[in-house]
Amino acid sequence: METQPVIELDDIQKVYHTGEVDVHAVRGVSLKVMPGEFVAVMGASGSGKSTLMNTLGCLDRPTQGRYLLDGIDVSRLDRDELADIRNQKIGFVFQGFNLLSRTSAIENVELPMFYTHRKISGHEQRERALKALDLVGLAARADHHPNQLSGGQQQRVAIARALVNEPALLLADEPTGNLDSQTSIEIMGVFQKLNDQGMTVVMVTHELDIAQYTKRTIVMRDGKVLTDTPVTNRLKAEVELEKLRDAQKSVQLS
Amino acid sequence: MRRIFATFRIALRALRRNKLRTLLTMLGMIIGVAAVISAIGIGNGAKAQVEAQIAGLGQNVVSVFPGSTTAGGMRGGWGSMSTLTPEEAKAIEAEVPGVVAVSSEVRERQQVMANGLNWNTQILGESPDYLSVRAWGLESGEMFTEADVNSAAKVAVIGKTIVDQLYSGADPVGETIRIRNMPFKIVGVLTPKGVNFFGQDQDDVVIVPYTSAMRRVARRQYLSAILIQAAAPDEMPRIQDDVTGLLQQRRPGRDPDFIVRNQLELAEAATATSKTMTWLVGAIASISLVVGGIGIMNIMLVSVTERTREIGIRMAVGARGRDILLQFLTEAVTLSILGGVIGIITGFVISHFISTKTSWPSLISPTSVVIAFVFSAAVGIFFGFYPARKASRLDPIDALRYE
Repeated sequence: METQPVIELDDIQKVYHTGEVDVHAVRGVSLKVMPGEFVAVMGASGSGKSTLMNTLGCLDRPTQGRYLLDGIDVSRLDRDELADIRNQKIGFVFQGFNLLSRTSAIENVELPMFYTHRKISGHEQRERALKALDLVGLAARADHHPNQLSGGQQQRVAIARALVNEPALLLADEPTGNLDSQTSIEIMGVFQKLNDQGMTVVMVTHELDIAQYTKRTIVMRDGKVLTDTPVTNRLKAEVELEKLRDAQKSVQLS
Repeated sequence: MRRIFATFRIALRALRRNKLRTLLTMLGMIIGVAAVISAIGIGNGAKAQVEAQIAGLGQNVVSVFPGSTTAGGMRGGWGSMSTLTPEEAKAIEAEVPGVVAVSSEVRERQQVMANGLNWNTQILGESPDYLSVRAWGLESGEMFTEADVNSAAKVAVIGKTIVDQLYSGADPVGETIRIRNMPFKIVGVLTPKGVNFFGQDQDDVVIVPYTSAMRRVARRQYLSAILIQAAAPDEMPRIQDDVTGLLQQRRPGRDPDFIVRNQLELAEAATATSKTMTWLVGAIASISLVVGGIGIMNIMLVSVTERTREIGIRMAVGARGRDILLQFLTEAVTLSILGGVIGIITGFVISHFISTKTSWPSLISPTSVVIAFVFSAAVGIFFGFYPARKASRLDPIDALRYE
């Protein structure tokens, strides 16, 4: 049996009608992402990568073209149907974490299940949320509020929230943008682990070294795909963290 | 159901987050609802009091008073004319259908004496039916009879005030009271009725047969009034017409020298005042509810703007527009209902306080509580809808990007 792509874009275009000039943010992007891939989308600001991410995330509809997500044509769905797709098929991770403040980690993780139409018992919700937190190594901090957590921990909560409804696709928009280098590597470790377990991950980043942790890099310019290459000499988060720790140790010793 | 409960919990949490703001926003509702509840409570209490007093005047009473006299250009006012006779009272009783009881009345103020004490009081000459007409009872003894009327007997039934003034509160049945220095035997004591609608002490009275009053006390041939009791309230207007017709028939070719009044007219005049008050209070209350609602709308708009990012997050993880609408609407309704409930309790306390500090009774009906509750919920829905819809129509991308 032929495996179905998770993402299949066919000549996607996006035009913004703002003011007098039409802005062509995306001008004909076609690509396929298969299950189990780990893709980095790169590009300067204005290259159309954010617009592409919004389209991939079903936050926005393309002006033209066809978008199949997990086999479903989502390019012509209405607002409510898109909301359901986001709930069921996509997990979001943002640069600014976007957790609900004054709401505990576990309640943040439970949030997507609140909008799931199938009934999930309170007990099951809690169990699933705890499982997702465990997956990112934060089960012990389930009852902490975001302001009691470090940036890296907040991003882990956000990843757990993205995973809780078992989506087909994990979308990350500059997930390490607000983190220091060590925490960034740790977060990339989480993504690599999830990817090893079969999760499809698509990530926007402008940091070249972060892109080195993925398996495939797509570079965009002027709303078009410039290059689409597999990552050679891919970095492993565990190895890099080990190197970093050794370096820190030697600094302290000297 | 669980979903609604969860939405409600989110709303409560959001409101708890800004306690002072929530309280200030609710204040409009609280004041409005408390004003309605206490004002209606006091209004109802006053109305009940007035109705009780009007009922105390008698049941379904139609009264006939003599007309006014004019002597040398001076007009005497109602009752100054001497035209009504006991025969006419008898004719009314015999000829007008639907009449249950008729009492001929003679009024006269006289000095009365007993036990070496004296007292100026109202002497009422009446028929034995008088107690039935006035819905009055006896505390002890009994009413004089038709035979006493026929013989113009010197018997009297006295009110509680007379008992207190002349007999120091002791049961005076069987004792003698002197009216115009004539001894009358006391046969009964009336149950106390208290102060009437016009502030007069109704117990300051001595009732004697009207024949005795005409011959021995007032020494005149005419009646001060004829009191007629109708079988049912809705027969009163017809009886009023019939009595007018009958009396006019007995005075062929003369202008009417009498006036017929029915108790309903009095009751209507009294309740008209309280109705006007109720409307006025209702108008003021609805204004304050609208003001409270605008406050809620204002704060909900602020809340939607403040929480744009939260809305974006919720939408990103799959909230539909309807979910967001419901969330903010629930918050607004929770706010207004909470204000309404606190207002109802405050209203209770205020009206209780007023009725204990003053002598106004207060009567809070369950209906007014239910109406206040429903109204506050309606205010929440009405004024919460626009901000909630605004929230639900946000674009998820813009909302997420909002700083």
